[in-house]
Amino acid sequence: MSDASPNLIGRNLKDRLGSWFSPAAKADMAAAEDAALRSDRFRLEREGEWKRLEAIVARIERGRLRSVPDEDLLALPALYRTAVSSLAVARETSLDRETLLWLEVLTQRAWFIVYGPRAGLGDWLRRFFGGGWSASVRALGSDILIALALMVIGTVVGWLLVASDPDWYYALMPAGMGDERVPGASRAELMGTLFGQQNEPGLGVFAAALFSNNAQVSILAFALGFAFGLPSAMLLIQNTALLGALLWLYHGQGLTLELVGWLSVHGTTELFAILLAGASGIHIGRAMAFPGEAAVLDAAAAAGRRTAQVMVGVVLMLIVAGLLEGFARQLIDNTAGRMIIGGFMLVLWTGYFFVWRGRSANKGKP
Amino acid sequence: MARRAPANRIRTVITPEGAALPFLLATRGARAAALLIDLALVGIAMSVTTFTLIWLAGGLGIAFHDLELNTPKSRALQALVVIWIIAMFLFRNAWFLLFELGPRGATPGKRVAGIRIAARGTERLTTEAVIARNIMRDIELFMPAVFIGGAISAGSDTELAGWAGALWFAIFVLFPFFNRDALRCGDVIAGTWVVEAPRRRLGQALSVDAPASASDHAFQFTPTELAVYGEFELQTLERVLREGREAALNDVADAISRKIGRAYPYNAERAFLEAYYLQLRGNLEQGMRLGRRKVDKYAA
Repeated sequence: MSDASPNLIGRNLKDRLGSWFSPAAKADMAAAEDAALRSDRFRLEREGEWKRLEAIVARIERGRLRSVPDEDLLALPALYRTAVSSLAVARETSLDRETLLWLEVLTQRAWFIVYGPRAGLGDWLRRFFGGGWSASVRALGSDILIALALMVIGTVVGWLLVASDPDWYYALMPAGMGDERVPGASRAELMGTLFGQQNEPGLGVFAAALFSNNAQVSILAFALGFAFGLPSAMLLIQNTALLGALLWLYHGQGLTLELVGWLSVHGTTELFAILLAGASGIHIGRAMAFPGEAAVLDAAAAAGRRTAQVMVGVVLMLIVAGLLEGFARQLIDNTAGRMIIGGFMLVLWTGYFFVWRGRSANKGKP
Repeated sequence: MARRAPANRIRTVITPEGAALPFLLATRGARAAALLIDLALVGIAMSVTTFTLIWLAGGLGIAFHDLELNTPKSRALQALVVIWIIAMFLFRNAWFLLFELGPRGATPGKRVAGIRIAARGTERLTTEAVIARNIMRDIELFMPAVFIGGAISAGSDTELAGWAGALWFAIFVLFPFFNRDALRCGDVIAGTWVVEAPRRRLGQALSVDAPASASDHAFQFTPTELAVYGEFELQTLERVLREGREAALNDVADAISRKIGRAYPYNAERAFLEAYYLQLRGNLEQGMRLGRRKVDKYAA
């Protein structure tokens, strides 16, 4: 139990880390010689580093990352590990409650910074577009097929329902939306809803409103996956039943191709986005209903993180769809042109998600 | 922080370095308060934006029936409406997201309440997790309003929609009460939880300034006198010394002096207590180093 050992360690530490200490820290070291208790000497010898760590953490927490000097940022991980090991030692050797609690809080705060969200928003977006998005879409796997099947079923059901009894049309179609588009409308009236709106004003407003509305619907389709995916599936069927009903209506007047063209301008993007949102919801629902080896909470969390990326992408796709719907559909007044745009978007999305393997897919496959 | 935290709110996380860090789950009340503050702020931001845009539109000298026309003026108005729709969408969806992605992991409301989000267990908090938990917030909070608003605009049964909205809301609001970690649905999906983010100041080391004053009166306690108390009492004594309230110092000094059967000079409570604290702590810490811990005065 000689006093030589802590001093020796203190000296070594001073030599090794000397450049890290501020003059105030050196004063603390001097005070350490006077402290009566060994655990207080331990504390005073290291307090300079702890305080430096605290100052760096406080600055980063205030959002002033740029104002932190480079050498401080480089020292941060080392200072953090020093604090962690100090905490471990202090727990076994010191009964100074103040120091212990303070060290715990400091370590926590530094832990959040050192192990916090790794990338800033810009970095994250770069990774997101450079393969993270398409990788997360592919990770949905068979859930995309399930969602696609549900959407096809929804369309067929919508068609069959309205075909068997046209009254169903009014039940499916929300009031106010299908003003002229009702069973029994003439071919000319239906034509009028598809063509000849180039000079309509307020297209930008229309596009923004469509986007806002569609984004909320797809967020709903995703979030409802929480209830084991069933509401997501119902929402998919209900929304595509509308599509089936519309198809039946225009088919009756021989305008199927024109309607498909009118829809496909934005529809390939929008339906694709809704497909992905629904698939994400089903993905979460399936992960919770059949978690496999993992605990339910862990499975849900893993699925949620995977699908969150898809959902950011869905919102972006809906912005594109809103622009196409608001501008391109109204400005391009022939079926062939509309089909070309719609087909091009479909090929673009499919290629981006399933054919192109981005950077992150090559490197960081777990 | 003076009060002991209830044990059922403490969660221990092992860092990759192998140290066990205790985290204190935020109370449901603190979270509700944080949410209300945030909603109020979002509401203020929304109305300020709305009024600014209306004011701008008024400054342009256009009325709202111009919206349907195709003149340069109405194009400007249309641009304002587009900005408004996008701003509302962002306030609703991006407010929580952007703040929680910051280094503090907390919205302004959470900062006021002294809480922050963290990944459950030892995992890193990821951007995806923050996005996931905030997408869920949308259906937890805003869906009932959509129900009722939709029913009013469609002119259908608002009472039914009201009840549906209330039921929906109740399910999600009560969700945190039915699990141990007070998780809301978004936390479940994202793998996060909400913990307290305490901030402390480090007090002076007690043995640095103490020896001088203690040695004046030269209290020297025998091992039997020091064996009376354990770590719990030591840390209580530490708190009393740090708070330094006269009445408390007197009471504690009296209690100790009675217990160990040793008087102290008039007006020397502080010196007496500091000396006792230091010697007791030295004694107990020496025991610790040898692997003997004495939790409190009842321990053998």
